[in-house]
Amino acid sequence: MRWIWIDKFIEFQSGRRAVAIKNVTLAEEHLHDHFPGFPVMPECLMIEAMAQTSGILVGQAKDFQEKVILAKIKKAVFFDYVKPGDTLKLDTEIDSIAPEAASTSGKITCADKLIAEIDLMFSHIDQNLAGKEFPEENFVFTAGTSVFESLLRDVVSGNAGSGADSEQK
Amino acid sequence: MAMNRDEIIQQVQEVLIDALGVDDDEVTNEATLMGDLGAESIDFLDIVFRLEKTFGIKIPREELFPAENLMNNPDFVQNGKLTEKGLAELREKMPHTDITGFVDDPDINKLGDLFTVNAIVNYIEGKLNAA
Repeated sequence: MRWIWIDKFIEFQSGRRAVAIKNVTLAEEHLHDHFPGFPVMPECLMIEAMAQTSGILVGQAKDFQEKVILAKIKKAVFFDYVKPGDTLKLDTEIDSIAPEAASTSGKITCADKLIAEIDLMFSHIDQNLAGKEFPEENFVFTAGTSVFESLLRDVVSGNAGSGADSEQK
Repeated sequence: MAMNRDEIIQQVQEVLIDALGVDDDEVTNEATLMGDLGAESIDFLDIVFRLEKTFGIKIPREELFPAENLMNNPDFVQNGKLTEKGLAELREKMPHTDITGFVDDPDINKLGDLFTVNAIVNYIEGKLNAA
């Protein structure tokens, strides 16, 4: 089972930009400990949400043929708390993509209020680390899986797996 | 784009300060990226991306930091040291780098020391002048 920490994409422009939604709920157990009587979303989980949004964008850019791993958090700045009931919008863009890596820059907003700026780097690990071998399994997931399709359900109808079709007009 | 060496140095310094989270006084001309500034492999790619954006140039894989190809080739490396052929290859691939001191003891573990701030500045200067 994959641990998916975003709820759906609302925009997906292959190789360029993606916007995802994450709804925060008090049903998430960790919010009762973080903190008792003052539930706020841990910042590390905001980074995780951005890493999934950006990582899927980067993975899809190469048709999920590369094993994409989060390699570096270039920047993570937080401006406000996120509380149960909030809907986060995760907006990310690919700044650069090369055979061996990609860099992205993203913003998290909640009702148009800036919550965080998170810039990341991803490695295509098969292209790096000089011939070391990794398991065949793809760390993101492969094209056409039900998970990817379900995340893309609200984005322009058509073939979710191929970039051109899901591009926004 | 006309840019003098001082301007290039200043921009390269800014790239390294942002990419590696170091202070401006650490980024001297002689500083080595790995030894002095703590760069790891993914940082080299980050630096390449940032340099491409800053200077509006394309930096082909292995051109600025060609060590990986070199180290994996048995023609170029024997017993942990670069062979004559390896050194010739290094000179050809890294004309922007001064390898005089390295030639006396071409231990591949010291290859990282060749990647200095100055080498990047030389590379960018050559690239901009060629454009």
